[in-house]
Amino acid sequence: MYEKDGEKYYIVDGHVHFWDGSPENQLNKYGKGFINCFYDYHQNLSPEEYVWPREKFEKYSEETMMKDLFEDGYVDKAIFQPTYLTDFYVDGFNTTAKNAALADKHPGKFIANGAFDPRDGDKGLAKLEQDAETYGLKGVKLYTAEWRGDSRGYKLDDPWCMKFLEKCEELGIKNIHIHKGPTIWPLNKDAFNVDDVDHVASDFTGLNFIVEHVGLPRLEDFCWIGTQEPNVYGGLAVAMPFIHSRPRYFAKIVGELCYWLGDDRLTFASDYAIWHPKWLVEKFVDLQMPEDMVSELGEITNDMKRNILGLNAARLYDIEVPEEFRVPAEPEAAMAANA
Amino acid sequence: MVDDATVIDAIRPVRDPELDESIVALDFVTSVVVVDDHVTVRLRLPTYFCAPNFSYLMVADVREAVLGLPDVASAEVLLEDHFTSDEINDGVNSERGFEASFPQYADGELDDLRLLFRRKALMSRQYRLTRRLRDTGLTPAEMASLTLRQVPRGDHLDEHLDEYLEARGELHIATDPDAPLLVDGAGRPVAADAAEEHLARARGVAFSAELNAEFCSGVLATRYPDARPSRREETV
Repeated sequence: MYEKDGEKYYIVDGHVHFWDGSPENQLNKYGKGFINCFYDYHQNLSPEEYVWPREKFEKYSEETMMKDLFEDGYVDKAIFQPTYLTDFYVDGFNTTAKNAALADKHPGKFIANGAFDPRDGDKGLAKLEQDAETYGLKGVKLYTAEWRGDSRGYKLDDPWCMKFLEKCEELGIKNIHIHKGPTIWPLNKDAFNVDDVDHVASDFTGLNFIVEHVGLPRLEDFCWIGTQEPNVYGGLAVAMPFIHSRPRYFAKIVGELCYWLGDDRLTFASDYAIWHPKWLVEKFVDLQMPEDMVSELGEITNDMKRNILGLNAARLYDIEVPEEFRVPAEPEAAMAANA
Repeated sequence: MVDDATVIDAIRPVRDPELDESIVALDFVTSVVVVDDHVTVRLRLPTYFCAPNFSYLMVADVREAVLGLPDVASAEVLLEDHFTSDEINDGVNSERGFEASFPQYADGELDDLRLLFRRKALMSRQYRLTRRLRDTGLTPAEMASLTLRQVPRGDHLDEHLDEYLEARGELHIATDPDAPLLVDGAGRPVAADAAEEHLARARGVAFSAELNAEFCSGVLATRYPDARPSRREETV
């Protein structure tokens, strides 16, 4: 939890990793390129005092992670989003099994999400069923640009992916986190396009689709589908760190997202270990909409910040939030509830 | 013999299709070497994993621009430090086309992708112009009734109008004085009662491109400490 000026905030970090990107785990030049790319993001957008040496960034310890998130970073609950990348890394980049082992060791701290890949077909469906039982999955993370042998990715509305989404509905896995990347089949189309999210969100109204990185680099397309599909959410990983180096850009990102989707459909995330939640939380609570943007985009209030920092994710994942952190219901809504 | 500066000038109009900024301003050009009538250009990008389709377009556009110079007989353009450097460099310099360069992974050329992003550029440029027009007191509905001839002129306005007209021209959308100021991506006029939402969406497109350019420039400068990307005037 975080407290400032008498205001209290419950913190759910919606996107964290416990990865191994070290040279020993790299399978090829792509694995090396991938972690280097993350490291450039980390260096470019972190405050100087939070920049790690490369070796630490490639592989950090359990102790480091626990301290950063829960002792220093104000996080009450963190959600693991696995990233397999088994074509790039010997043991995968960070897998459900590895995340769940850490979650088991520290009860109450983590939610370990699963993953599926529609290209695994029937075998993958059976594995998803098994994982749902083993780990009690409430969410999955999908990386549509993931390489698999000769394949460079997939779309959410591919027939096999639709089968997996049906299976998720059946298993009670209601939160589908989507991360787009630079490749897809066919490679001549825009891989970052989010139209397929629109399609599956209409077809699976019982599922929530949390688009990671709020659709970046297609923020505008994401905002547009968000206006049309009430079960589409925006995860703020990667957008958050702009709050330090480019605060006006960040204010405008949040302003646009609140304008099109509303503050009840945005979730805070650090993308740890790319960025540290401590400074992100502190700066977010201090955020004021610049005066010249207010007329177009509106203010950002403490209650909006409370929703984004934790309450929205808590709703998606049925996390019990202590009374003191909740946003009081609107008078009319409270009256209606009492009636 | 052609000199380096002339080659750079020829490359300057080549844009990153996604960011709608000159690749020279973005500092993606690392070197130009001229030997007699042969030119070699080296390019770099912000990340190892930048999307191969946009990367291919930039390499191909640079080669075409250089070959368009009168004293150049042959040109080689080399993208460095990218996960598909080999495929792109071989494909572009042997003029194989995108699909043949990525035979297992593509099912066509990049014309549709380019068109899509030219339309986005049209919206961004339209927003930047109309944002200035708002400062003069015009409402979106009033702008919808203006023809290009009736657009107020002035210092910054002229610049924005020029870049907007350039984008219209590239998309074969009318640029004559009697054509409407506000158009959608397909060149259709925008009705007065739809103008507010049209421009709000255009604002989103412009902001997204600007944000991506900010991110890409920052990562480029982290990856290559000597890089000095510069950008057009910011709207945020």
